[in-house]
Amino acid sequence: MLIGSLMSDSFLGAENLSNVFTRSAIIGIIAVGATFVITAGGLDLSVGSLSALVAGVTIMFMNSAAEVLGRGWQLVAAGIVCSLVVGAAAGLLNGVMIVKGRVEAFIVTLGAMGIFRSVITWLADGGSISLDFSLRDAARPIYYGQILGIAVPILVLGVIAVVGELVLRRMRFGRHVAAIGSNRHVAFYSAIPVNRVRILTYVIQGLCVAIATVIYVPRLGAATPSTGLMWELEAIAAVIIGGTALSGGFGRIWGTIVGVLILGFISNILNLTGFISPYLNGAFQGAIIIIAVLLQRDRSQG
Amino acid sequence: MFDRLKSILAAGAVVVASLATPALAADAVIGVSIPAATHGWTGGLNYHTKRTIDRMKEAFPNIDFVLATSSSATQQVNDIEDLMARNINALVVLPFESDPLTEPVKAAKAKGVFIATVDRGLAEEGIEDLYVGGDNPRYGTAAAEYFKKKFPDGGKIVVMRGIPTAIDNIRIDAFNAALKDTKIEVLDMQYANWNPDKGFEVMQDYLQRFPEIDGVWAGDDDAALGAIEAIKQAERKNVTVLGGSGMNKVIKLVMDGHDMVDADIFYPPTLIIPAIELVTMKFATQAPINGRYVLGSPLITKDNAAEYYFPDAPY
Repeated sequence: MLIGSLMSDSFLGAENLSNVFTRSAIIGIIAVGATFVITAGGLDLSVGSLSALVAGVTIMFMNSAAEVLGRGWQLVAAGIVCSLVVGAAAGLLNGVMIVKGRVEAFIVTLGAMGIFRSVITWLADGGSISLDFSLRDAARPIYYGQILGIAVPILVLGVIAVVGELVLRRMRFGRHVAAIGSNRHVAFYSAIPVNRVRILTYVIQGLCVAIATVIYVPRLGAATPSTGLMWELEAIAAVIIGGTALSGGFGRIWGTIVGVLILGFISNILNLTGFISPYLNGAFQGAIIIIAVLLQRDRSQG
Repeated sequence: MFDRLKSILAAGAVVVASLATPALAADAVIGVSIPAATHGWTGGLNYHTKRTIDRMKEAFPNIDFVLATSSSATQQVNDIEDLMARNINALVVLPFESDPLTEPVKAAKAKGVFIATVDRGLAEEGIEDLYVGGDNPRYGTAAAEYFKKKFPDGGKIVVMRGIPTAIDNIRIDAFNAALKDTKIEVLDMQYANWNPDKGFEVMQDYLQRFPEIDGVWAGDDDAALGAIEAIKQAERKNVTVLGGSGMNKVIKLVMDGHDMVDADIFYPPTLIIPAIELVTMKFATQAPINGRYVLGSPLITKDNAAEYYFPDAPY
């Protein structure tokens, strides 16, 4: 943050901060779900493709339901329900395949990543699926609106993060998640419903993707085959930067949120300053990720 | 959505049926190898390719087509080898990248296959029998000329580049060359990957960084749509956005007189159409066909937008 403010005057402007927080909210909400999955010792690589799929299906649903439901809040509400259902169903499918089917999470979600991405490409005929222009005004406030001067996506992220932190750290379910990630067999012999909890983490992940997509759709009003590309890696990077162990057993949501903001601000600073060649932006971001995790290791082990 | 579900079943039935019917002996087999629909422009390309193949099949039942779409240059090399194994007589190829595709296409040529390259050429001259392409340097120059005409007394513009590739470099070099010695100042260039989300983010940051922006060259219509939303959100006035490549949604905006978008540069995914048609003609009518066929990159404005508008295409 300090470096950012030194390098660019506009960096600390209220509008810039709000922009970065707002667009980080999408990855942030997905990363909250990823924190649950990773803490339980799992992994979900399908979240980027899933958000593209959820966005596409929701837009198609809203376009076709507009005749029946009108162009007001009812339609928006129906759209939200539609994306939550699709997201949760996809999460459930992943979870059941991994837990009941006993296939590696890496493999199941890698497969799901390809499937979701192809289905959205096919639904869009390779082009884009866009929200009917007459419906955009109704949905627009979800991304661009403000409550008490704070952008709606930031508020949603805040609520999700607080709820996530409470569930993960203060509730029994959260302790079960950590116990399973730490040692699945010990957790099993401690009478923890291992299978159910593991499946639920994937459902939570699916719901988080759906909530993020609800915010994403009004931003540009379209889903394309390139929507959400690499989001899975950004979400995982944020979780790891935030101090959650990739091998499971320990997770913290607030750390994940900090991780998301670090990633968001790095790309913002690179755009604002033009300090290094755009060819090297990716290298710079990669280096920061590694350094951030290195610093944490020193602290926790020293 | 439900129509699509129905069409899944229909597609399944067609596949089963086509497996069941024995292949008829064709006079000639034409292989078509193009990039998969990974972003808007390639989506349009896939649409026009399938549409053209269907029409040609209907018109010339004795000519058979095999279509392969690849999501990377490496996969395209494999796909071309697979096409060769099916004894194609001609290959219509839109190379993912010029350099890695040169050797495999050369090998196909050595086996006597008629080669038509589309859009991106190969790294070595004289391999293809027919070239059909857009004009990439012209694409950059047309953008520069647009801004020169728009801001004769000088103006500040920002540029969104595409994906780091040879084509992008050719366009940007031509753009820079055409703006040399003018009063137009290019404030900065960043990659937006021909993607609306990235276009949105890059534009938000540009608006924070530069208090005065007169024009944006988004390089592509997908990125332009993202930039437009960011400008709307920041409530900045008098910013002109120029995209490019002819997305139907953007052409519609030009037709309707949008306050930020009054033009587009044509770089059509339709360029695959003449390539397939010419190659089909060669085998259907024994027409001697070879040479170069370069389509222009004209500026699309309100006056001529209707000519370039394909409302049914996915791009």
